[in-house]
Amino acid sequence: MSDSILNVSRRGFLQGIVSTGALILSVRMVPEFLWAAETSVGTHADRAALHPSLFVGIDTDGTVYLVAARSEMGTTSRTSVPLILADELDADWKRVKLEQAIGDKRYGDQDTDGSHSIRDGFGIMREAGATARLMLTQAAAQKWGVPVSECESDLHVIVHRRTKRKAGYGELAAAAAKLPVPKKEDLQFKPSSAWRYIGKGATSYDLADICTGKAGFGMDAHLEGMVFASVEHPPVLGGKVKSYDEKAPLQVKGVKQTIPIKPFTPPHHFQPLGGVAVIADNTWAAFQGRKKLNVSWDNGANASYNSDEYRKELQETARKPGKVARNIGDVDAVFAKGGKTMEAEYYLPHLAHATMEPPVAMADFRDGKVTIWAPTQSPQAVQETVAQELGIPPENVVCHVSLLGGGFGRKSKPDYAAEAAILSKAVGKPVKVVWSREDDIKFGYYHAVSAMYMKAALDEKGMPTAWLQRSVFPPIGSTFALNTTYGDGGDLGQGWIDLPFDIPNHRAENGPAENHVRIGWLRSVANIYHAFAAQSFANELAHASGRDSVEYLLELIGPARIIDVKATAPDYDNYDGSPAEFPLDTARMRRVVQLAAEKAGWGKRNLGKGSGMGIAVHRSFLTYVATVVEVEVDDKGEVKIPSVHTAVDAGIVVNPEATRAQFEGA
Amino acid sequence: MQIKVNGVERSYDGDPNLPLLWYVRDVLGLTGTKFGCGMALCGACTVHQDGKAIRSCVTSVSAAVGKEITTIEAVSKNGLHPVQEKWIEFNVPQCGYCQTGQIMQAISLLKDKPKPSDEDIDAGMAGNICRCGTYQRIRAAIKAAAGENA
Repeated sequence: MSDSILNVSRRGFLQGIVSTGALILSVRMVPEFLWAAETSVGTHADRAALHPSLFVGIDTDGTVYLVAARSEMGTTSRTSVPLILADELDADWKRVKLEQAIGDKRYGDQDTDGSHSIRDGFGIMREAGATARLMLTQAAAQKWGVPVSECESDLHVIVHRRTKRKAGYGELAAAAAKLPVPKKEDLQFKPSSAWRYIGKGATSYDLADICTGKAGFGMDAHLEGMVFASVEHPPVLGGKVKSYDEKAPLQVKGVKQTIPIKPFTPPHHFQPLGGVAVIADNTWAAFQGRKKLNVSWDNGANASYNSDEYRKELQETARKPGKVARNIGDVDAVFAKGGKTMEAEYYLPHLAHATMEPPVAMADFRDGKVTIWAPTQSPQAVQETVAQELGIPPENVVCHVSLLGGGFGRKSKPDYAAEAAILSKAVGKPVKVVWSREDDIKFGYYHAVSAMYMKAALDEKGMPTAWLQRSVFPPIGSTFALNTTYGDGGDLGQGWIDLPFDIPNHRAENGPAENHVRIGWLRSVANIYHAFAAQSFANELAHASGRDSVEYLLELIGPARIIDVKATAPDYDNYDGSPAEFPLDTARMRRVVQLAAEKAGWGKRNLGKGSGMGIAVHRSFLTYVATVVEVEVDDKGEVKIPSVHTAVDAGIVVNPEATRAQFEGA
Repeated sequence: MQIKVNGVERSYDGDPNLPLLWYVRDVLGLTGTKFGCGMALCGACTVHQDGKAIRSCVTSVSAAVGKEITTIEAVSKNGLHPVQEKWIEFNVPQCGYCQTGQIMQAISLLKDKPKPSDEDIDAGMAGNICRCGTYQRIRAAIKAAAGENA
């Protein structure tokens, strides 16, 4: 460990972290701003001449420092949220330097999950930008002795049109800093017609670094003197180590020691799974050492978990009445009358996140404090989890956020960062914990396995007069509380109790399911199985009635209207969005269906033998999406997908190119 | 043994079975080459051996003796490689973790097939996985780079 690292200066930290590029290995530098600034001296934004908000600082040289408090995992949150501020500030994006925030409650909610970074950030960023812009405008007016109302911003300058005077932001920063920070009610926001970046977007701030290998992912963290660790986890959730060979792993060249990690105390939450860690002087040696541990396990109650049996159990539960989560009219009365009915069952298995970058974290524990470097979607959860594990206050946990090589919800759960912290404390050195790909797949927080049962009564046109649906899945709540077997308003609000169809009798139910593995958020979360079941069933009904799927779907959605979901589903939470601002609007849903169908050439193209198109529409996390998939099946049953057309209505889109890319990838 | 990476020859006396991936990452600190699977299944670890793409996670250090190993850090002598330029122009990456491996594979592919067809690209890039699904842009960037090479 070099002195520069012991001396907690910002420079010291930066020298300790490797990036790449240099062939001269003794100089291990990280590109500036790639990793979070150090806490004790704050951010560049904090130290800039004008600093009216946590999120922005303007220096006398005109550099605008913007703080990205959300994580980057490929969706451009790190770029697009600060871009909103830059727009409102009228800042030149080329003169902006981004800084990644450490985990710190002062930034408010830093969770980059649940599709809410832009939604949450929009108002906060505009307010910060407008505040700085007003202060710069006031400083310019003062300097020129003219009324503030005669001055306005242009790109990175304040102008006085009448006298054609201009002053740059850098030039005005010091004078602006002497002014009181204006009140929110005195701010004037740019009209949308004047937006520079919102709706046009920008490429990722890290694009060139990613393409040249200079970008700093969690896997790339490095401190002088660090050691590498790999953990043999219990093969069953809740399993415990009975015994293991402490000596054999040491025969592997590079292996230094083994350290047991205690099992978690239920509920598992984000605690490490426990097991045995192997410490080595490179990652591979740690992997090899694990093979010689010969751990004997006490596997506990979940050892008999068998996904085939469990599937049957979920399906049987789904066939029985469950807890009513939404009710409209009386489906039972309609079914009792007889007439044509249809039933269907759907099942989706567990899914693993499989981020390209497996879970990884580096920690450096010293003097009762720990510094973590991690690819995390939730640096504050890292602080809380690590604090709990080490028995230290959360403010003694500094969490630097690297780029994430994929997140998808896995990296919201910081069990791997807690492992690094525990091991650094035990070893007395910086430790980087690396999960192998096998570890990632075997020990994930899986997307819930689910079974759905559907039943509809159909009128003479084939339209449902009653629609019953039951969903059964081990809920995410089981991560946080024991004996949680029913979904909550969040789980069920994701595409189950907000079915947007115009059906007079409808009931949505949820049956119980116990978890035997860790269950966690995976991109789109419960919408994955709920949309699959509801939209597949709609298509099956259309098919059974000999109707065109698009026409049928539009009739199911019914006329353009706002649906008050909560009136019939009391636990509905609308993704924590206010129903006034983010209503369930069937006009928008109809529009994406029509647009996707139109662009795909639905009903207009001559599809050959074995070819067809299917359509689905869904509102997920307040965004409306319709997708038409063209499928070809040849004589051998080989399936090809020649085209997919997707129409998306996400409201205001800050970065259209990034949004498009995500749908291409999906 | 002597290992030559990015034009610099170094002595190494550790485990000869150590995969090249971990040699360049953990020993040399060249972290542009990524760990994804350790079994040559994902391509994130792709480097060049004598100009050809190989999976560094299943190539031992000892097998690299006497060869010229090049990582993403040195794939271009000055500035950006034309393939990197196209990657930026087509805004290929999302999370970006696999992209250095994709780029190393694409450069190697274009050496073998300067004018690749869609099928050549699909075949040549089949071993490189992108979890964000940037395949359409990868294909477009490779085609554009091929145009520029001509």
